[in-house]
Amino acid sequence: MSDQGSFYQRDRNWHPPAFAPQYKTTILRSPQYPLLSLDNTLSEMTGPVFGHDKLGPLDNDLIRNFAKTGDPIGQRIVVYGRVLDENARPVPGALLEFWQANAGGRYRHKKETYLAAIDPNFGGCGRTITDEEGRYWFRTIKPGAYPWPNGVNDWRPAHIHFSVFGQAFAQRLITQMYFEGDPMIWQCPIVSTIPDKVAVEQLIAALDRDNTLPMDALAYKFDIVLRGRRSTMFENRMEGN
Amino acid sequence: MVQKLERLKESPSQTAGPYVHIGATPNWVEITGVWNEDLGLILVGPETKGERIIVKGRIFDGSGTPLKDALVEIWQADAEGLYNSPQEKRGQADPHFTGWGRQPTDGVTGEFKFETIKPGRVPYKDGRLMAPHITFWIVARGINIGLHTRMYFGDEAAANAECPVLARIEHKVRVATLVASRSEENGLPTYTFDIHLQGEKETVFFDI
Ligand SMILES: [Fe+3]
Repeated sequence: MSDQGSFYQRDRNWHPPAFAPQYKTTILRSPQYPLLSLDNTLSEMTGPVFGHDKLGPLDNDLIRNFAKTGDPIGQRIVVYGRVLDENARPVPGALLEFWQANAGGRYRHKKETYLAAIDPNFGGCGRTITDEEGRYWFRTIKPGAYPWPNGVNDWRPAHIHFSVFGQAFAQRLITQMYFEGDPMIWQCPIVSTIPDKVAVEQLIAALDRDNTLPMDALAYKFDIVLRGRRSTMFENRMEGN
Repeated sequence: MVQKLERLKESPSQTAGPYVHIGATPNWVEITGVWNEDLGLILVGPETKGERIIVKGRIFDGSGTPLKDALVEIWQADAEGLYNSPQEKRGQADPHFTGWGRQPTDGVTGEFKFETIKPGRVPYKDGRLMAPHITFWIVARGINIGLHTRMYFGDEAAANAECPVLARIEHKVRVATLVASRSEENGLPTYTFDIHLQGEKETVFFDI
């Protein structure tokens, strides 16, 4: 990393606002005072790193990492892509954690009550670290859509949750990946918290027929973009101010 | 036409949802055998330098109800004020202290709790020292983008009074929302940092 500058300001109009009443839970969980704007200090420009020693060989294989008696039920897929920053440079060493429902749309969680069956061979969590070029991949089954208590008949489109650690705490991000061609994306009160359609499309993974594994698994490409940094030549000008 | 900046847009955030624990703390939700231990559970070992403390609290919504499905992450400097990060260029932080912790809020009481050390002071951009603080990042169902805030220490009145970040808070009555009160628990200094998402006591959150 050559650049040590602070991060570009977050475009709060690109992200969903805290208060989005169509997603009812935001109503009581959204701060109402303005955020305190603060150019990054060392507390935000630094961040934890995670070594490959933390990872086990099956951590990026959701088909096998929980399996007890056989493979989980469902459409086999590979998800791959790159983690980049806003300067379009790869982010190596980023820790990605992902979690999802099973093929029937059921999460393995004690507070989950949806009637779709639990899959005894599917845990629903995985993680990986990006390589030198910011690349990652993992293997899983395609999650199902599921209903959730918001409106009387609201459903989530199929999605995979992603948590990303970049090179600084200022880049910390949690988001969700959707699947190309799913009409339910455009009916979802959580998706629609994102104001701009182009921003929503940034979260839709493309079906990649070229990289599909013949007779095995479909491939989806999903790139993730973290905040970019200012060049230090601008930072130094401010010394002693 | 002018030259293009060739910039990408940051991926938009989406809520962590109610089942963030499956990915972040799977053992805590009884998804066992996938990995040995949940990341960020333990910050302090026998060799860690610094004063042992407990940091605990709850996160309240606008009705005064504690969140029982949130995930809290903390990031802090070591006892000397150095971050354990490749981005830290001022010196070598304590190798026995990662500075990063992660805890779910309790499913019944809503309490989070970290055993950590009291951080040293870190300079602001202009070289003045900030008061000791711990960065908090909160995600949960109903939170569309992670909330950044800081916890300061109630027994650091002098340092707090000269902290350049706290000085940026226009409404001085709100500074208190970032300051944790100190008590004793099992012989350890214990700081209680309650976070209010809304209402009269709404915590100061940062756009950093
Ligand atoms: Fe979900």
